[in-house]
Amino acid sequence: MAKVIVNGEIVENTWRRLTSEELEQQDVPAEGAVIVPLAYWLAHRDALLERAAPVGVCLEPGEEPADLAADLPALPLVAVNFPAFKDGRGYSYARELRTRYGFEGEVRAVGDVLQDQLFYMHRVGFNAFEVRADRDIEEALNGLRPFSVTYQGDVHDERPIYRRQSA
Amino acid sequence: MYVYQDYDQRLLEERVAQYRDQTRRYLAGQLSEDEFLALRLQNGLYIQRYAPMMRISVPYGMLNTTQVRKLASITRDYDKGFCHVSTRQNIQLNWPEVADTPDILAELASVQMHAIQTSGNCIRNITTDEYAGVNPREIEDPRPWCEVIRQWATFNPEFAYLPRKFKIAVNAVPDADPALIGVHDIGVQIVHDHNGETGFQVWAGGGLGRTPMTGEVIGEFVAWPDLLAYLEAILRVYNKYGNRDNKYKARIKILVKALGADKFRELAEAEFAELKGGAMTLTREEVARIKACFVDPDYRTDVDTAALRNALDQHRAFNRWYHTNTRAHKKDGYRSVTLTLKKTGRIPGDITDEQLEAVADLADRYAFSEVRTTHQQNMVLADVAEDELYDLWRQLDALGFATPNLGLITDIVSCPGGDLCALANAKSVPIAEGIQRQFDDLDFVHDLGPLDVNISGCMNACGHHHIGHIGILGVDKKGKEFYQITLGGRGDRQSRIGEKMGPSFESHEVTGVIGKIIRVYLDNRLENEPFISTYERIGMDPFKEVVYG
Repeated sequence: MAKVIVNGEIVENTWRRLTSEELEQQDVPAEGAVIVPLAYWLAHRDALLERAAPVGVCLEPGEEPADLAADLPALPLVAVNFPAFKDGRGYSYARELRTRYGFEGEVRAVGDVLQDQLFYMHRVGFNAFEVRADRDIEEALNGLRPFSVTYQGDVHDERPIYRRQSA
Repeated sequence: MYVYQDYDQRLLEERVAQYRDQTRRYLAGQLSEDEFLALRLQNGLYIQRYAPMMRISVPYGMLNTTQVRKLASITRDYDKGFCHVSTRQNIQLNWPEVADTPDILAELASVQMHAIQTSGNCIRNITTDEYAGVNPREIEDPRPWCEVIRQWATFNPEFAYLPRKFKIAVNAVPDADPALIGVHDIGVQIVHDHNGETGFQVWAGGGLGRTPMTGEVIGEFVAWPDLLAYLEAILRVYNKYGNRDNKYKARIKILVKALGADKFRELAEAEFAELKGGAMTLTREEVARIKACFVDPDYRTDVDTAALRNALDQHRAFNRWYHTNTRAHKKDGYRSVTLTLKKTGRIPGDITDEQLEAVADLADRYAFSEVRTTHQQNMVLADVAEDELYDLWRQLDALGFATPNLGLITDIVSCPGGDLCALANAKSVPIAEGIQRQFDDLDFVHDLGPLDVNISGCMNACGHHHIGHIGILGVDKKGKEFYQITLGGRGDRQSRIGEKMGPSFESHEVTGVIGKIIRVYLDNRLENEPFISTYERIGMDPFKEVVYG
């Protein structure tokens, strides 16, 4: 089974992410934790909520976290897809999920997820990272902590450095 | 200048270590070109036509002499003995080796310098008036606010992968725009309310490049504690909704234009409403801490102004330089001196290692050990006592930095162009040189009066051609270099985009065309009327008739 970084540890990935193409060909399997696209979730919410196994939702760039806001209390996981690491919209989505909607479940980065972006991703609210399959996930773990200093506040501590220093 | 705390220094050192590891992984084949590209750009490293180019950050143009000497030694040890002052007040090295770049960053970090976010699709160096803090017309010193913004922008985790580059400038002069805020992604105009409290008028959506336009006022009055929350709100809207499909439509100006200022403001205000009053709110203590880094130097009160008057009476060349290259200072008995880096035949803004050291020596002796870079690719010694101007002038003259042409036709702003830059469509330096050679009579140049000539080798507009009174843009037509000319741009009292004259010219025609433009001006000007005013009075047609007639 593939590995994933969750809360700073490398663990087995127990979630299966289904794309909209896959969901055109097949139904959601009865067993196992799955991540479905936002549109699929919105169309099949009631049925998905009746599943025994957990369901998460994946946001693509261009989709609105607001469309998921009302459902967040029922969701254990929201994934944000990075089709290319240079598309930074997902950083704002994670931050919105955490600070605007107070989402406390897992926020998982999927897609083109690489070592050198993990630190920023973590600061805006991601706590899980599906590192791209062709990369060494052990080495990627180093990407979580290149800096001990940050000027701005973030989702973990909203205070900028000068407020932390004087506290 | 801002003085680093231990944490500012630690951050730089951690950045060097991070980048060293990234470079190692790249050279070992563990990072693809494309992956390393985004990382190295955010460390100022471009791969250029012949070699990499490294852009070193000079926050709002401020350098101390220790830093200037370090730049000299880096230029000597890692490059070919010269560097370049860019139109973003930064310093560029043109020939470093990729493998050396971590060492260069380590050297820079030892003097509180870096190349963080000087390139890439992130928030770039914050710029302001090169006379900030000494300009008698400013309502307060903009540099503390630049530093506040710099810290917020540095490694801001949410805004490292924006749709496109993002430039912020701060202006504290009313009724003039020396920082060019009108053509920045965000322009911050410092204002005071009726109680004298500082606030900001926040502009967004200006920019040069392919689709030049001036920005719109988004925040009419943002109280000072809310500055960062307001900027963050604008950036969040841009990060979410800016175009990412087409890099030529990706700047914030296109988004502001597409949504309209009112809709953009509504989105930004909605974000701001959530942030306002939160942990980003600036505190009086923190602003005071940063302001304390920008206090006045120990100005002399015994400046002998009679000595200056004597020298002005006796030395015509000194007199001309004084009136052209020095300007009024907020402190009686002091002037700000601009060193023009526009030697004919050299790339505008280029300076050698030895010259850097000489400038550092002069700054130590005459200007409180401080040097500034300008967006017109010159350098400034901001605080010089009037009774030392003559001595300083003689030494600058010997160094070749006293050409009395500041703001005149030969003080050309230009990108490095096709001689060095891989993006350029055309060469710019030979065009600049041709104009400088054509106008080599100083009396005539002075008679022409203020005239901004700006040259860019391509649409990216690093030479700010849109805001030149005369702008020259290199374009490629079927593999041949052509030049398009614009008139009426302004980056002086206000920012305005110039108007295209018509069909472009071949390189050998450009100096002749400039000559004709100047002739039309001379034939039409009223007494003491500068070029730009004549243009605004008579319009484009008389120029077109002569140039294309």
